[in-house]
Order: sequence, then C-alpha cells, then structure tokens
Amino acid sequence: MEYLIVLLPLLGSIVSGFFGKLIGVRQSQIITSTLVLLSGIISILIFYQVMINDYSSNKLIFNWISSGNFNVNWSINIDPLTSVMLVVVSLISSIIHFYSIGYMSHDPHKPRFMAYLSLFTFAMLILVTADNFLQLFFGWEGVGLCSYLLIGFWYKKPSANSAAIKAFIVNRVGDFGFAIGVFLIFFFYGTVNFNEVFQQTPLFIEKEIIFLGINLNLITLICLMLFLGAMGKSAQFLLHTWLPDAMEGPTPVSALIHAATMVTAGVFLVVRCSPIFEYSQVALNFVAAVGMMTAFFAATVALVQNDIKKIVAYSTCSQLGYMFFAAGIGAYHVAIFHLFTHAFFKALLFLGSGCVIHSFHEEQDIRSMGGVWKKIPYTYVLMIIGTLALTGFPFLSGFYSKDAIIEFAYLKETNIGYLCAAVGIFTAFLTAIYSWRLIFKTFHGKFNNKKNNLSSIKESPLIMLIPSSVLAIGAVCTGFLFKEIFIGEESFSFWDSSILFLSHFKHTHLPTWFIYLTPVIVTLSIPLSYYLFLENEKILKDFTLKNNFIYNFLLNKWYFDELYNFIFVEPIKRAGTFFWKKGDINTIDRYGPDGLSRLIKTISTKAVNFQSGYLYHYAFVMLIGFSLLLTFLILV
Amino acid sequence: MNFPILSAIIFIPIIGAFFILITKGVQKNVEKNSKYVAIFSSLANFLLSLFLWYSFDTTTSGFQFIEEKKWIGGFVKFQLGVDGISILFILLTTFITPICIFSGIESIKFKIKEFLIAVLVMETLMLGVFCSLDLVIFYLFFEGGLIPMFLIIGIWGGAKRVYSAFKFFLFTLLGSVLMLIAIISIYWIAGTTDVIVLLKTTIPYDYQYFLWLAFFSSFAVKLPMWPVHTWLPDAHVEAPTAGSVILAAILLKMAGYGFIRFSLGLFPIASDYFTPLIFLMSLIAIIYTSLVALMQEDMKKLIAYSSVAHMGFVTLGIFSITKQGLEGSIIQMISHGLISAALFLCVGVLYDRINSRMISSYGGLVNIMPKYALVFMIFTLAALGLPGTSGFVGEFLVLVGTFQKSIFVAVIASLGIILAAAYMLWLYRRVIFGRLVSPEVKDMKDLNKTELYILFTLAFLTLFFGFYPEPLFVTIDVSVNNLIENYQANLDLYLTKKGN
Repeated sequence: MEYLIVLLPLLGSIVSGFFGKLIGVRQSQIITSTLVLLSGIISILIFYQVMINDYSSNKLIFNWISSGNFNVNWSINIDPLTSVMLVVVSLISSIIHFYSIGYMSHDPHKPRFMAYLSLFTFAMLILVTADNFLQLFFGWEGVGLCSYLLIGFWYKKPSANSAAIKAFIVNRVGDFGFAIGVFLIFFFYGTVNFNEVFQQTPLFIEKEIIFLGINLNLITLICLMLFLGAMGKSAQFLLHTWLPDAMEGPTPVSALIHAATMVTAGVFLVVRCSPIFEYSQVALNFVAAVGMMTAFFAATVALVQNDIKKIVAYSTCSQLGYMFFAAGIGAYHVAIFHLFTHAFFKALLFLGSGCVIHSFHEEQDIRSMGGVWKKIPYTYVLMIIGTLALTGFPFLSGFYSKDAIIEFAYLKETNIGYLCAAVGIFTAFLTAIYSWRLIFKTFHGKFNNKKNNLSSIKESPLIMLIPSSVLAIGAVCTGFLFKEIFIGEESFSFWDSSILFLSHFKHTHLPTWFIYLTPVIVTLSIPLSYYLFLENEKILKDFTLKNNFIYNFLLNKWYFDELYNFIFVEPIKRAGTFFWKKGDINTIDRYGPDGLSRLIKTISTKAVNFQSGYLYHYAFVMLIGFSLLLTFLILV
Repeated sequence: MNFPILSAIIFIPIIGAFFILITKGVQKNVEKNSKYVAIFSSLANFLLSLFLWYSFDTTTSGFQFIEEKKWIGGFVKFQLGVDGISILFILLTTFITPICIFSGIESIKFKIKEFLIAVLVMETLMLGVFCSLDLVIFYLFFEGGLIPMFLIIGIWGGAKRVYSAFKFFLFTLLGSVLMLIAIISIYWIAGTTDVIVLLKTTIPYDYQYFLWLAFFSSFAVKLPMWPVHTWLPDAHVEAPTAGSVILAAILLKMAGYGFIRFSLGLFPIASDYFTPLIFLMSLIAIIYTSLVALMQEDMKKLIAYSSVAHMGFVTLGIFSITKQGLEGSIIQMISHGLISAALFLCVGVLYDRINSRMISSYGGLVNIMPKYALVFMIFTLAALGLPGTSGFVGEFLVLVGTFQKSIFVAVIASLGIILAAAYMLWLYRRVIFGRLVSPEVKDMKDLNKTELYILFTLAFLTLFFGFYPEPLFVTIDVSVNNLIENYQANLDLYLTKKGN
C-alpha cells in the first residue's frame, strides 16, 4: 500500500506525459487526477492508522548506491511526521489536479501540464518518505526540477523562462549547502541514514573541526549547512528572490508548489533533523533569526505590491518565516501544525486568486480590479474565508496555528523567544493589513478595468469552484479539528520518535492580555484597512508622496534583485568573458601552440635566409666558428 | 587454449575496416556495402563485449582473459587482459562506436567509405588501450589513436579544421614524447614493460617523481586538464558530429584510465606527492572552464568546456584515492561518455538541419521539435548532475571522496554544480524555449527514426544508471579495493622506510 502512494502519481505522469496525445486530453486529465486522488485516499488511511494505532513502517524498494561504506537505499519510511506530510501533499495535489482541468481549459498543452503536476507529486512524496539524506536530496532536486518546468510552462514568455532559471539556480545555491551538510555527515558518521545519524549525534556534541583556521562546532556546522538548503527551498531571507518571480507559472502551480508543498520542504527538513538541531543552540537561534527576518521583510513588501499573485507569494514567504522561527525556538510540532493549516488556506487563496484572474481575463493588477464582489460571489466568499484564515481570525485554522507559534515563543521564556513573539504579533498586524488591502482593492470600490467591461466578468466554472470549496472547508476546520493531536497536551506521544524535544515547554498559563492581544489586533485591522483603502485613500497617497523613498524601497522589494545582479550575476559574466578571451585565447593559446608555431616559422625563415648560396657568407661563418673554437681551446 | 576473446574484440573492427577497404565496384554499391559491414562488425563487437562482461568474474581482483604473445624478439610481450575497471571502458567503447557509425551514415556527405574505415580503426586502437597489459603496446595504441582522429577532424571537419587538427596534434604530441621516454626508462630500470609484473614491483622512489610527471604530461593533455585544455574546444568545434562523440565519450577517458592504471598503480609515492598539484589544477578546471562555458556562443564549444569541467571532477576523484572518490570518478567517466556523446549528437541534429552551431541561430525549437526538446532536456539535466541521472551518482561520490581528503577542495568543487546548472539551463533556454523567430528554423523537422532510437537509448541508460547503478558498482568493486590496498601498502612501506 505504501508503494502505491508514491507510484500512482509517477504512473499518471508517465501515462499523461508520453501517451497524452494517444489517449486524448480529457482521458489524461482524468487518469492523472484519479491516480493522485487515490494516493491521497491511501495517505489519509495511513495517517489514520498512525494516529490510532501508532503505525510505522520502513519498506525497502531497492538499493541505489553502494560504494564501500556509502550505502543508500530507495525506501519508503512511514512515521508520524511523514504521515502528516503525505496527507498535505497528496490531498492538496489531487484537489489542484481537478482545479487545473478548469483553469487550463484554454491551454494547448494540457497533458504535459498534468504530467508535470503528477511528476511533482511523485518527487515530493519521495522526499517526505525518505529514510536517508540522499533520497531526500533526490526528492529535493526533483521538486526543484518540476518547479523549474512548471514556472517556465509558458515557454514563449521570456519572463517565465528567466524566472524558471532563477528559481533553479537560487535553489542550487541552497543545495550546495545541503550537499556540504551531507558530506560532513557522511565523513564523521559514516552513514547518511536518518536513524543511524540521529542516534550517533549525541556523541559528536563536543566535536570541533578546523576549516580555514577557524574552529567550528561540527553539529552547528552541519545544521547551518542543511539550513542553507532549507533557506533556498523555502525562500527564506537572502535566498527568497526566486519565489515572487516564480508567479510567472500558471496559478495552480503557485498554489501547489509555491504555497502548499514544495516551499515547505525546508521546514520539513529542519523538523526531520530536529534530533541534530536540538544539540546546537547556535543553529537554532540562527534559524529563528532568519525566520523572523523573513516574516517581517516579506510582510512589508507585500503591503505595497500590486500584482495579486505577488502579494500572496510574499505572504507565503512571510508565513514560512513563522514556521522557521517556530522551529528555531524548538516548537517543531507547532511549525508542522502551521505548515498543515497554511497548506489549506494559502492554496485556497491562490486558487481564489486564480478564479479572480480567470474572471478578469488574465488581469493580475489589483489596481485594475474592484467593485465585482456581487458579480463573482462564490469567488468572493472563498477569498474572504482564505483571508480570515490567513490573518488568524478567531476560530479559523490560522488562528490556532499562528497564535500557537506566538504563544510558544512567549512560553520559551528566553530573550529570543520574546523577540519572536513580538515580531510575530507585529507581522500578524501587517499580514492583516495587506490581506484586507487585497480583498478591498479586488472586490470593492470602483470597477477600474479598462480592457473589459463589467458585464464580461463572469464567475468561474464549477470544476474550479468545487476544489476551492474543499480547501475552504479545510481552511475553516483543520485548526480546531487537529489542534489537540498536533500541539495539545498529548501531542508529544503522537510525534513520538519522529521529533526530538530536548527541552519540554512549560505549561504555565499565559497572561490573559497576551492571549487576547493578537486576535484583537487582527480583528481591528479589518475596519482600519477598510478605512485606509476604501473610505479615505488620500491619507495613504499623501503618505507615500511624502515618504517616496520608503515606498520605493518596499515596492522594489528592498532592491535585492538589483543588488544580486550587481554583486553576483554581472561579475560572473565578466569573469567568464575574461577567462575566455584573456585566459584561453590571449595567454594559453598565444604562448602555447600558436606561439610555438610562430616561433618555428620565425626560426625557419631565419634559417632560410642563412643559406644564401654566396661563398663568402659561408667562409665568413667558418672563420668566426674557427676563431671561437681556437679561443676556447687556448683559454682551456 | 581458450578462445582469445580480447584479441577478437580488438581486431574485429579492423577486420571490418579491411573488408570495407577492399570493396570495389559501383560507387553506390560500395557505399551501401561499407555501411553494412561497418554496422555489422561494430554491433557484433558490442555483443561480444557484452558476453565478455557476462563471463567476467567480479569476485577476484586479478586480470582476467589474459593473452600473451612474444613480440620484437621477446623484448616486448603482446599481453592483454582486463579487470573490473577496464571492462567498463571496453563496453563504453563498443557501445559508442556503433552510435558513431549510425550518426556518420546520417550526416557524412562524402568519402563515407573512408570515414567508416577511420572510425573502425579508431575503435580497434581505443579497445587496445583498455586491454593492453604491456607499456609499449599501451603506448602504441594510445598514441596510434591520434592518427585516425587527426584525419577525421582534418578531412570531415569544418572550416578551420586544419588549424584545429594541428593544434590537437601539437598538444598531444608534446605529452606523448615524454611518456615514450618514461616507458624506455622504466624498461631500463625494471627490466620489463610487463604491467602485471610492474604493478608488483616497487619502482625506486627517486625515479617515481620524474616518471610520474612524464606520464602526467601525456594524460593531462589528453584528459584535458587546465591549462592544456584549449585544443579541445577547437577540436570539437571543427570535428564532425561522430568525431566529437568519439573524442568526448572515449578518447578523453583513455587519459582517466591511464591515471588510474599507471599513475596510481606504478608510482604511488609520486601520486601522493603530487596530489595537491592535481587538486589545484582540477579546481581551476572546474571553476574556470565553467565560467568560460557560461559565456560561449557556440553550442559545441560550450559543451566542450563543460567536458573539461566534468573531467576536473574525474581527476579530483581519482587522486582522492578513496573508495568513493575512485568509484565515483569511474562512474563519472562512464556517465560522461553517455551524456557528452548524447549532447554532441543533439548539437549534430541541429547542425545537420541548418548548418549552424551558434546558439543565436536557434530559439523556440520546442514549438516544432517536441521530441528533440524532451531528449535534450534529459541530457541537460544529466549534465548538471540532477539526482536520478548517472551524472549525479558520479559527481556526488567524487565529492564525497574528495571531502575525506580535503574539505576545502570539496567545498570549492561543489560550487561547480551551481555553475553547471547556470550554463546548461541557459543554453537550453536560448535554444529550445522562446518564440520561433528565424524563418530558416521554422522549417526544421523533428527527430527522424535513427536519431530518435539513438538518443532514446542513451537517455534510457543515463536514467537507468541514475536510479540503479548497481551493475557498475559490482563490476568495479573488487578491483578498486585492490587498487587502494596496493596503494596504501606501498605508501606505508615508504613511510616506515623514511622513518628509519
């Protein structure tokens, strides 16, 4: 049964990818969607088994690499953490498969699209079921590949192609770190199998290695390197630049890959490696710091963006920051809980945005929208639900998971914990502002679209609305349904062996004001944004005019793209040209083979001149030679 | 006496070449018959080498299928034999040659008979390199390979073929002369050129350094290592597709094989001593040529430069002298043999259609050549070392091995995997994606049957060995262990002597 979860999507991908034309468009859509749905159902069954019976298993498929003591297998490993991820991945993937049937209805390459989606699902499932670092790395790069293919799906658009390459290469920078982490692990532990590595970790706590004359703690170094990989995949601060650009891909892709699943792989990695991270406070603090920075930074940028998908993308970035600082303060289970709920409401927001874009005939700029909430009521309701869940409105899913992160940070009772709580609350406020800005600009106010008139705005078809509604149910319910299992008093027995907690959290009661603080802020933000973005837009306009610098700084995403272009892309191109023209052509070839042939030519020309045929030339040379010889003999 | 299977494998191609040579008659019939003979003899040879692999005993480390003939009055023995390492290269050679022949038949427009003869003679010489167990025989085969290659570039090459052929010849000749001198001095020192005997004797330490350097100069040029790599891009650019394939897939591997068999085997002390030099040159090769590859405008040059970078990984792995490093570099060589062959064939497919190797001539090919876009994508990914392709297995193991020797070197080398992604994906984007612009390109046809079968076979193997490289590991396992043990024993002996 475990094999089926992973293999069904692969089968769907192969059928649709290679035989799509043969079996027809509709058939390949149905086949891929059904197979992924089946895999989703099996995942839920397994999750249920794990929840009720503490089921766990490790099934070997076959061995992959065996070189000396470097042994790696293909296998399917089921434990509580994996079972949660299985549900998230395969369930959301199947919903998005169905949604895509509607969203891509005008696209000429439907089978190819479905094949990529299924292939992605396969790679992601391989990633979460790995029992060793190398198989995880396979899935890791595999999802990166599918992300590359899907971002660049509309290959005629140059911007899509650039975004795809950027995503792949920025991720490779992270993978570089990941690979170094794996090398370190193998070098010291002699294995890359999770269980064996985790068991041995306590033995290496004191171990230091010297790199370039600097003493470094081994565990910290391993964690930081692995985390570099996680930063790339989860678009964390400094390696985040690819995620907003990735919105060039079709919207279902953004929902599945760049919101619900792939970008959370980094969080999954950190949680999976909790038995290593727990032994390095330095690394954990670093994770928390990067998480906070990302949460804050992305929220500020989201405030001023005008592309509906980019706002949601930055919001994703910001929420991933939450998950990381949750992990950084040791609340891994809360991080996973937020990952779980976030998958539903963020996918919902993307699918809702997809419906909006669909209704507006491919318009993505929220300045050209507005005043349509009566025309597309279902989409409107779905977006409202998504927004409420995201902002943490009481009793929706985001409320349980996001507030839990803030509360656990507070309960940590360390400086970094308090800082995390503060940043978390402030970011929650920003989140509410930009989310409601999106809603009000998109659905309320005046109708601003010049290309289409109001009557041409139509509600999306059922095949798009039904899958979105399923997600909406998830966005509403997952919070209170799974709260106890994931983060309640009994949750430690559920997570069992898959997460290591060295220090348990105190269950002292929080101060009452603290519990009410975030929900109140979040709720009050709704009228506030209503006032700012609909009632009295002048205040903001005046503000941006006066503070043009800050506005542009945010609008241009803190100028990261320009900075990276300046310090990486351009110098690398210049270095390439320099080595080629100056190195290869002007140095090696000039003094090497070309120089040699020139030299031979010169010498032979000289030698030719030498043989003039005149007797007196020869006699003169003989005379010189004779006198030299004589001098030599006399002197010696 | 048993059936001399190695001699058979070596000489079948040249016998085929002989038959092609003596065919006479109407031009058309001659060409047709030559094609049949060439295809038949190369395929038969491939089957025979598969049989060789099948009957090869993977549990012993010694040389197998040994054949011995006295030659030149007993001075030199014509001695052949294979172990787990060389047998993979034999398979690679016999597998790639028929592909070259098929591709040549498709794209070579004139003197097809002579071309087939050159390829078959080339195959014999290359197989000889991997089978010979006598230094003199090895040298003859190793340098003999220059001549048909020189002709293939010089006759069927592009516009600047003469310059390229001479550059190729100049570079390689320099190294080979030094190696010949070294082989003569080995005979003078040890009294034999028999490799089996030499592997068991210890060459005096003082001589090892010079001999190592002499062999190194030959191998470094052929591999090629930085800074003697500049002949490779030129040779590739001017060579016909089949020539590029042989060059990239097999010729470069002879040097890697030479490093493993002779530099490590015969001169362990010197190998240890010069490891930092090799590491430095490999690192420069990886970073420098990757950067240069990024800026190329000619597809063949780009792939040629990427080959230099990939070979940098091979030398790193070999001289890490760890189990993972060595096995990784052998896998990397085999996999690069498949991938680079495929990439050059892919460029050849385009060149056959509109006679341009420039990236800027293309763009938007996916619109009209979807099959081509798919296979090209697979090889692009394999070249940048995506897990699940054979390229990953080799590269990753090399880095694992190198890491055990020097963390710094492994970290710098790992940067190469970022650059590899950059230049390969950028190439792919400019050629395949985007809109169709140029009118010439619009009329291009997708892969024909021959191209499709060839490229799909290569793609299948690349993926197969990416997921299940076990058959390769089983074959080389014992031989590599033996190599490392020998090396270590020699080194320990030297250190204890030095200690006294």
